[in-house]
Amino acid sequence: MTHAVPCVELRNVSLIYASDGKAVHALENVSFSVPQGAFVAIAGPSGCGKTTILRLVSGLMPATRGQVLIDGQVVRGPQKKVGMAFQNASLLPWRTALQNVLLPLEVVQPHRAQFRARRKEYEEEAHRLLRIVGLDGFADKPPYQLSGGMQQRVALCRALVHQPEILLLDEPFAALDAFTREELWGVLQDLWTARRCTVLMVTHDLREAVFLADRVIVMSRRPGTVISDVSINLPRPRTLADTFSPQFVDYVHTLYDCIGAARNGSTS
Amino acid sequence: MSQELRYRLSVIAPPVVAIALFFLVWELGCWALRVDEFVLPRPSVALAAYLKWQHAIWPNALQTLMTTIVGLAIAIALGVVLGALIGYSALMYRALYPVLIAFNSIPKAALVPVFVIWFGVGTLPAILIAFLISFFPIAVNVATGIATVEPELRDVLRSLGASQFDIFRKVGFPRAAPYFFASLKVAATLAFVGSVIAELGAANSGIGNLMVIASARFEVSLVFAGLMVVAAMGIALYAVFAALERRLVAWAYRSR
Ligand SMILES: Nc1ncnc2c1ncn2[C@@H]1O[C@H](COP(=O)(O)OP(=O)(O)OP(=O)(O)O)[C@@H](O)[C@H]1O
Ligand SMILES: [Mg+2]
Repeated sequence: MTHAVPCVELRNVSLIYASDGKAVHALENVSFSVPQGAFVAIAGPSGCGKTTILRLVSGLMPATRGQVLIDGQVVRGPQKKVGMAFQNASLLPWRTALQNVLLPLEVVQPHRAQFRARRKEYEEEAHRLLRIVGLDGFADKPPYQLSGGMQQRVALCRALVHQPEILLLDEPFAALDAFTREELWGVLQDLWTARRCTVLMVTHDLREAVFLADRVIVMSRRPGTVISDVSINLPRPRTLADTFSPQFVDYVHTLYDCIGAARNGSTS
Repeated sequence: MSQELRYRLSVIAPPVVAIALFFLVWELGCWALRVDEFVLPRPSVALAAYLKWQHAIWPNALQTLMTTIVGLAIAIALGVVLGALIGYSALMYRALYPVLIAFNSIPKAALVPVFVIWFGVGTLPAILIAFLISFFPIAVNVATGIATVEPELRDVLRSLGASQFDIFRKVGFPRAAPYFFASLKVAATLAFVGSVIAELGAANSGIGNLMVIASARFEVSLVFAGLMVVAAMGIALYAVFAALERRLVAWAYRSR
């Protein structure tokens, strides 16, 4: 086997937030790597540093100790090959849903240079994305006229529109009802299969993690460390019917026990 | 259709009624208390003076309006730039805020004689006073708008590798726009105050100048006619900015 450079790699990463004089130790010695084209889910108790990991990978802030690498290069700042959907949708309130989805194309090269010339085409692409997440007819609505779940779906489209090589998703379906959520699992799986980008997704929903991911990383309570890394060996494409199969249920149980242990375990 | 009409009426009627009532109380009060016309002319007398002196009032009113708009334009240009600087940089904020406060504490009327010494009697002192008096609220509001940009929104742009200028264009500027328009409504009326104050002593034309001449001739009703014209122009400019605001930053007033 060839040793390809992993797409995303964390090496002994620690992070300490130092705000208002108080230090919060969020991550301690986190190491894992994600090969090119893989779909990795991160699960763990609330406040254990999952969002922090995504912020480190996106280059929004530097690690206190250790290194974050993308394609073998140490991350020193934000990169255009990354698309991120934030936990709270963070849509710009003065833009319509469509304009919010178009935002990355106005900023990221090479789209930025072609934005004016190819605007029609880009708008069609944005409309297409909004349609597949079920927001047909909401393109011209401002964020405050959308529900929380709809806003999250717009944020997902915004993360996808510039076809990033690395997709960082922070609980993208948390605000949705079970049926819409499960429908979007299929949508995301299709998108990922078509584009083969690398995905790092934070989720609290273990069925979601098992359905979508190649691997699920489970983290301990704060300060967060990786306590287990479970490969999900289920055939693709996975369907909702598969979620009732014994193997699927077994995986969910295994993860459930891991998280339970993480929640009760001491944070040494 | 009639609902639209009723809505419009509900917007326009209250201020019109309030102004009418104000004039009515003034009129009846002066009449009942037998206030001397040289002390406080009744509104009807002021209106008569306005009609009589219209052709003399309007060129002066336009002069004052022009002075005000030029002063306000300079205040907008410099206020937005300085406000953006202060809003963005904590260092600039710490360095310049006390200076701004100090400048704003100076009574602008006290500067009129200084400007007359520097620039002579004319339009320039009035423009400068209008600028100085309206500059502060604009700079402070723009700074507030930019300094309070939600870090989450900035992160959205930063995560895309956007430059500082991109972040200003896509987030800082639109975010500060409602603050800017709010300050503009205040600044516009202040700019009128500045122009007229300066014209009282340092100009050869304008409503302020007209009022000085009129009071020297004991034409108190003409003084009041001039004041009313200034007030009317203030309302007009305010209405223009309020309309612009409603069109350009509607998102900030979503629940109404
Ligand atoms: N800007 C910050 N300043 C100080 N502390 C912070 C900051 N952001 C996060 N923290 C702390 O770091 C820890 C990890 O936060 P993080 O947002 O990564 O958690 P999370 O795993 O995403 O949680 P959740 O599942 O609830 O979203 C938390 O205990 C939080 O209090
Ligand atoms: Mg989080």
